[in-house]
Amino acid sequence: MDYLIQILNGVQYGLLLFLLASGLTLIFGIMGVINLAHGSFYMVGAYLALWLTRLTGSLWLALPLGVLAAVALGALLEWALIRRLYARDHLYQVLLTFGLILVFEELRSLLFGNDVHGVPIPPALNFSIPLTETLSYPVYRLFISGVCLALAAAMYLVIRKTRLGMMVRAGNSNREMAQVLGVDIPLVFTFVFALGVALAAFAGMIAAPVSSVFPGMGNQILIICFVVVVIGGIGSITGAMVAALLIGIADTLGKVLLPQFSGMAVYLLMAVVLIWRPRGLFQAT
Amino acid sequence: MSQITNRRAFLQVVGAVTLGGIAPAPLLAQQSKLRVGLMLPYTGTYAALGTAITNGFKLAVDERKGRLGGREIEYFTVDDESEPAKAPENTHRLVQRDKVDVLVGTVHSGVLLGMVKIARESGTLLICPNAGAGDATGPMCAPNIFRTSFSNWQTTYPLGKVLADRGLKTAVFITWNYAAGKEMLAGFQEGFAKAGGKLVKELLLPFPQVEFQPLLTEAASIKPAAVVAFFAGGGAAKFLTDYAAAGLKGKIPLFGSGFLTDGVLDAAGAAAQDVETTLHYGDGLSTPRNNAFRAAYRKSYKNLEPDVYAVQGYDAGLLLAAGMDAVKGDVSRKKELIAAMERARIDSPRGAWTLSKAHNPIQDFYLRKVVGKENRVMGVAHKALADPAIGCSMK
Amino acid sequence: MQDSDRLIRWLIVLGAVCLALFPLAGSTFYLQLLTKIMIMAIFAMSLDLIVGYTGLVSLGQSAYFGFAAYMLALASPKGAAASLWLTLPGALAATAALSLAIGLLVLRTAGIYFIMVTLAFAQMLYYLFHDTGLGGGSDGIYIHVRPSLALGDFNPVNLADHTHFYYLVFALMLGAYLLLRAVIASPFGRVLVAIRENPVRVRSLGFQVFNYKLGAFVLAGTLAGLAGYLSACQFGFVNPEILSWHYSGIVLMMLLLGGMGRLYGAVIGAFAFILVQELFSLEALFGDFARRWQLSMGVFIVLVVLLLPRGLSDLVERLGRGAAKRAAG
Repeated sequence: MDYLIQILNGVQYGLLLFLLASGLTLIFGIMGVINLAHGSFYMVGAYLALWLTRLTGSLWLALPLGVLAAVALGALLEWALIRRLYARDHLYQVLLTFGLILVFEELRSLLFGNDVHGVPIPPALNFSIPLTETLSYPVYRLFISGVCLALAAAMYLVIRKTRLGMMVRAGNSNREMAQVLGVDIPLVFTFVFALGVALAAFAGMIAAPVSSVFPGMGNQILIICFVVVVIGGIGSITGAMVAALLIGIADTLGKVLLPQFSGMAVYLLMAVVLIWRPRGLFQAT
Repeated sequence: MSQITNRRAFLQVVGAVTLGGIAPAPLLAQQSKLRVGLMLPYTGTYAALGTAITNGFKLAVDERKGRLGGREIEYFTVDDESEPAKAPENTHRLVQRDKVDVLVGTVHSGVLLGMVKIARESGTLLICPNAGAGDATGPMCAPNIFRTSFSNWQTTYPLGKVLADRGLKTAVFITWNYAAGKEMLAGFQEGFAKAGGKLVKELLLPFPQVEFQPLLTEAASIKPAAVVAFFAGGGAAKFLTDYAAAGLKGKIPLFGSGFLTDGVLDAAGAAAQDVETTLHYGDGLSTPRNNAFRAAYRKSYKNLEPDVYAVQGYDAGLLLAAGMDAVKGDVSRKKELIAAMERARIDSPRGAWTLSKAHNPIQDFYLRKVVGKENRVMGVAHKALADPAIGCSMK
Repeated sequence: MQDSDRLIRWLIVLGAVCLALFPLAGSTFYLQLLTKIMIMAIFAMSLDLIVGYTGLVSLGQSAYFGFAAYMLALASPKGAAASLWLTLPGALAATAALSLAIGLLVLRTAGIYFIMVTLAFAQMLYYLFHDTGLGGGSDGIYIHVRPSLALGDFNPVNLADHTHFYYLVFALMLGAYLLLRAVIASPFGRVLVAIRENPVRVRSLGFQVFNYKLGAFVLAGTLAGLAGYLSACQFGFVNPEILSWHYSGIVLMMLLLGGMGRLYGAVIGAFAFILVQELFSLEALFGDFARRWQLSMGVFIVLVVLLLPRGLSDLVERLGRGAAKRAAG
């Protein structure tokens, strides 16, 4: 029973990682841009949830408003900065987004201060299901998992079945050809970047009630998201899902079984996978 | 900045003349200003703590009309970013570039140990207003190194007896796998064993991760009589909410080092209710001294509520004042200055305390319980607790 | 072209002379700051060999810097000085072995994957030193006494003396520069540059691309180790944070700021980056905004990436070329 619960924990953590990593892998795979500031967008989302929940009194109202704000932020950043880096080496993307981390962190400090804040769980979901006599499972966490799964399915369908998805995939596999065929690449890229930012911010928003909202929260989760993306294979949504679950479970079991080495476990897993398959588990289509 | 400083200096002179009538200012002006170096985090995760400490320290100085031992103060600040890799260099910035007489800092233990190294080499007076690294007043202790906060060991040692007295004889300890966490774990284990309890499991999480669910599941399956935890800041708020959401709250009582419930009650809300912790301070400590301090702090800093960090910063100011008064502001009489500081009895908002031979406070530790948005002080868990200062040569 | 090369050479010599004379000015703080900058310059040059010349972007160079620093810390006796003659070669050999082992694995990947897998190994080392008792855990470890250069009773350079240490670092920086210049001018170095430009072509010409990359990777790792060793000597304090990816990112930034693929660019970058950071946190200039220096730094980094992609040294070269043209015309 205990191990089953631990695996449930791992899956649940993995699904949240997927939500964050999916935006990263889209930006990564379709646009070829390394975005170190992805963790900052997660933080932006959490602070948006805090601010908008206070303003509107409800997380349900805050979510759509926050997503709109995040889309606008993403589009603006793509237009003003990221666009200038497509033709350049990854190095420049790494450094520019590294600079953005510093900017976002200080802006957060200027606007919201440095205290720890909480966002209340919506009353309808604020209860737990008993699992054993001592342990229960919070329904809000199950809700997060459900949302993550629904979004994963939606993303899969959009990319596989729609014209938009086709354009996106075309942009990924052959930029010039797609452009010749009349796909407006700059517009698609703006859209993809905004979508990626919105996904990260959305993850931050729905996680805010359980994670609380605090300085530096994006940096902690950034690197682990990169691990997910790289293990899964850059640009692959399926890969990100498999890798996120793998990491979620490995990390959870590592903490229980080998606490001294659990910090290393995830990176060890990544190194082993990449040495075995240098382009990740699922190569992008 | 220079303009602001000038204006402030001008106002101070005007103030001194108008208030004092025949001001002693010309006499004192002959003495140069005392150079105080504040090396604290002003950016990053601990920025709020750095600001509170700075405010507390300056309040203590301002209450003395901006003078210690008759000398005015000139502040030099360095943002240490809680970045240990830069600690020695940042300390040099204050010691060598700014030639400060006193160093005050810091929050992060790793950074403190970097400062301690430089302070030991240069002989500069160092007062630590937070970081609880045992080494600083243990193997690394030195005559010129003081601490006005706590040692990590101190904050959890009293918990052992608290638990045992209630008949809770088994416990699980959950914390981050880093030095401060392990020192608090050791303190609890020692106190608990002495009181007849048994620590059945240590659950450690890589720092600074906040995915607690696996550890909570593990704790629930062990079913100890109590869970004891140390986390701080965002991690603490998340731990408290996760603990409640996992249904453990109300089934297995949760205890902790005081930092678990300090500065996070707004964020943790109902999840934090009834959690009991030990610490050398509680915001709701109702003594005339603390009430006066809190009122003064609110008045000086636009209704900002002081916290334990502000108190520690304030006490750093009081301790320095005690030393400076004894030598009339003459820092070159270092031996007398240090002797006076060692003898000082600090009339702190937390309750009066004195220093141990290793220069760590001998102080009361309170048992506190979260009631509403307050850490209510329930009583004294351990009177006049001194850190064992293992490895300190000054004992 | 010729003229601008000559100008650069004169500027390098002038810079070296200034650095050699600086201790006469006699401010301990700035002496130590320059020492640190020169150590970072060695670090940045090591990275230039693989990023700038071979085209391998690594986000894990701090692993070798930190590892060598830990080797010195672990080898130093508590109350006495370790011998530099033993610990330096020992630390460098260990770091070379580490970078060989990691290089054998990571060089199988390329592009983004290479960036990420170098990062993964650095993170592994970070957690190794942070979470286990090895080397003091998260609080770090002291080196109480600086290593000694003494051979028996003969002790020409006293490392505990700031000025002596400054000159040692200065000499090693020049040594590293000359060594790398020689490497790059050699046939080996020319193959590296060719790999950066067109690896497929180099392979079809019959070169073992992997072995060349590995050679560069190990040499870069070892030089980063030299920088780490010196850094541990300078401050006598080693902490897991020197292994973190932020540190790798900052060195990359120095390299970009100075200009890649020219060794002196790395040196210029180290100086410029650290001095700019000093400037932004100067209260005399920025007042209370000095506390927000990270904001200024972030904006600065973004602007450099957008407006100065080839770095400061390129700017100098262009200015030099312009001046030469004007002189000729």
